[in-house]
Amino acid sequence: MSPATATPGAEITETAAPTLAVWKFASCDGCQLSLLDCEDELLAVAGRVRIASFPEATRSVAPGPYDLSLVEGSITTPEDAERIREVRAQSKYLVVLGACGTSGGIQALRNFADVAEYSSAVYPTPEYLSTLKDSTPIRDHVQVDYELRGCPVDRGQLLEVITAYLAGRQPAIPDRGVCYECKARGAVCVTVVHGTPCLGPVTHAGCGALCPAFQRGCFGCFGSTRQARVRAMARLLLAEGASPDALLRTLSSANPADSAFRAIGAQIERDVAAAGDEKEAGRP
Amino acid sequence: MTHRQERLLEVGSLARVEGEGALRVVLDHGRVTEARLNIYEPPRFFEAMLRGRSYLEPPDITARVCGICPVAYQLTACRAIEDACGVTVPPQINALRRLLYCGEWIESHALHIYLLHAPDFLGYPDAIELAKDHRAIVSRGLALKKTGNDLVEVVGGRAIHPINVRVGGFHRAPARSELDAFKNRLDDALEAALETARWAGGFAFPEFETPHALLALDDAGTNGGSRSPAAGGAGPRYPIESGLGVITTAGVGFPLEDFEHYVSESQVPHSTALHAKLRGVGTYLTGPLARYNLAGPRLWPVAAEAARAAGLGRFERNPFRSVLVRAVEVVQAVAEARAIIEAYQPPDPPFVPVEPRAGRGHGATEAPRGLLYHRYDLDERGLITAARIVPPTAQNQAAIEADLRLVVQAGAQLDDEHLTLHCEQAIRNYDPCISCSAHFLDLDVTRR
Repeated sequence: MSPATATPGAEITETAAPTLAVWKFASCDGCQLSLLDCEDELLAVAGRVRIASFPEATRSVAPGPYDLSLVEGSITTPEDAERIREVRAQSKYLVVLGACGTSGGIQALRNFADVAEYSSAVYPTPEYLSTLKDSTPIRDHVQVDYELRGCPVDRGQLLEVITAYLAGRQPAIPDRGVCYECKARGAVCVTVVHGTPCLGPVTHAGCGALCPAFQRGCFGCFGSTRQARVRAMARLLLAEGASPDALLRTLSSANPADSAFRAIGAQIERDVAAAGDEKEAGRP
Repeated sequence: MTHRQERLLEVGSLARVEGEGALRVVLDHGRVTEARLNIYEPPRFFEAMLRGRSYLEPPDITARVCGICPVAYQLTACRAIEDACGVTVPPQINALRRLLYCGEWIESHALHIYLLHAPDFLGYPDAIELAKDHRAIVSRGLALKKTGNDLVEVVGGRAIHPINVRVGGFHRAPARSELDAFKNRLDDALEAALETARWAGGFAFPEFETPHALLALDDAGTNGGSRSPAAGGAGPRYPIESGLGVITTAGVGFPLEDFEHYVSESQVPHSTALHAKLRGVGTYLTGPLARYNLAGPRLWPVAAEAARAAGLGRFERNPFRSVLVRAVEVVQAVAEARAIIEAYQPPDPPFVPVEPRAGRGHGATEAPRGLLYHRYDLDERGLITAARIVPPTAQNQAAIEADLRLVVQAGAQLDDEHLTLHCEQAIRNYDPCISCSAHFLDLDVTRR
């Protein structure tokens, strides 16, 4: 990590606007892109904060500390485990964006597999890589001030977090389920009507119940709500004929290491394995 | 590590590219001895994670490789799985796919032209600063980008990681009325796209020619998805979401199923992206320049006219001028999107059933930054036994390094600050997507 070249215009000027920094760890860039996707608000936001570091958008880098840090991505390498500590030390208010940073992301599928074997499956010379066994959320490494869910985060919610920060209040993002948004939208329940497994009852709202509106089941992009009763939902879905395998895959999509999703996923894996053993044993 | 006769220059992570990387250049008495693109984006092992998953899952899983071009990942995955299962989607579904993909081209190219690349040509650190002096121009770019994003949203459900794409088609086909609302917006977008091409045509471009072979998908004009010969009389099209073969400027062409025979990937210690080479040819480039050189005559008249107005000839080998090709491709994508909407009949049902079978399938599409290839091996239950993803930036990395060497050599008389800027601009010519290639830029110039 090296300091940036001085760029004209990058020198610090006396100003009351809080400084904003955007950081990336293991991720797809989609959550920070959500900020650039706020086409109607981008220039207005840029007028309210001083963008001190946002490599995807600017080559100017002002030195820390930073008032507001937005962190995207999960921790998957020893270097990143070190870097997030530096980011925390330089940040007054640290917001984590998205599934990768809040649960480890889709790349946390490695947590339930052999990462050395993963490396050798993808790279001819895995020795060149430096990687950790698990993909972990930011909160496992440093204290975080706010977590915004989603794969990707919702633009409206992202703007709410920034607006709330600027106004000095808590973001108004309720911890309720996708079902709430589904009803509000007037969408038909895909589980009740079509028997489609849907994680809507246990998944954090924010997408606007997109999947049900497109006639498919929710696959948990926003992770579980605090009140999620995943076990109860799984029992009902399985009783209604959902295949354990399909339910397990759905729970292992955008947030495979979400603790509530994973607990039930692991239970289903054990049940399927036990059922398989019984079947094996029962054969003549 | 500054020695007495060395000049060392370092930059933090390379800015205005998607993902993380570094650049290391060594100059020894004014001669370039090393030009290396370090891609340090942490590996995420998608190909390994896909094993054991259902054949229906790659569109949702592989979208997560890249937040900038998720549609490219989703539709390439669909093509490869459908190929493995022996399914061809009907023209109406394919038209909706092309519309979705046009949306991604518009938003990704507008992002690159206005927010990532134009500041280099105009001498600004970013588009926010550019907007302080030229607000109307940046607003035009943002409006164009928004039209692209909104198009992806109306067809795909959301702009980043769409949820409406499935193997065989879509979960739900948008109603005519939903798309009709875009007609006026696309008329405005066409104006903005034409203005973009004229505006970019006025930039000052450094003299440079890339010596590499160029490679692009060949859309011979079938309705796509099958290896069988074309049914119907459609002529060859500018490659976007369909194509069964690969064409190059090196006299080598091959069907998709031979991709891995012709393109070999190797690993280098300084990168988490694999380096690709074309058999018997070596390094090559994919992306806008390649598409323009190989398929330029397939552009629609409005886009061809925009190319002429921007100053592009029949062939173009200067990567600094790829920004012009992107602008022309935005014109093409807007015009095509408008025509698809005009003729739109919602496919009913919105998908064709795809039954699993054991086998291997290949798929490729033209992501905004170049050809993206997927291959899947399935067992008889439709579980994935092996997956291979070859993203555009991994294919381009070796050629980018080779071009960089030439750019640095030509600019060796510049002072460190200007040489750094020049190198960064040169790298942005290729719109590298480092997240995709897993895999990118600190500048580190050592002069001896």
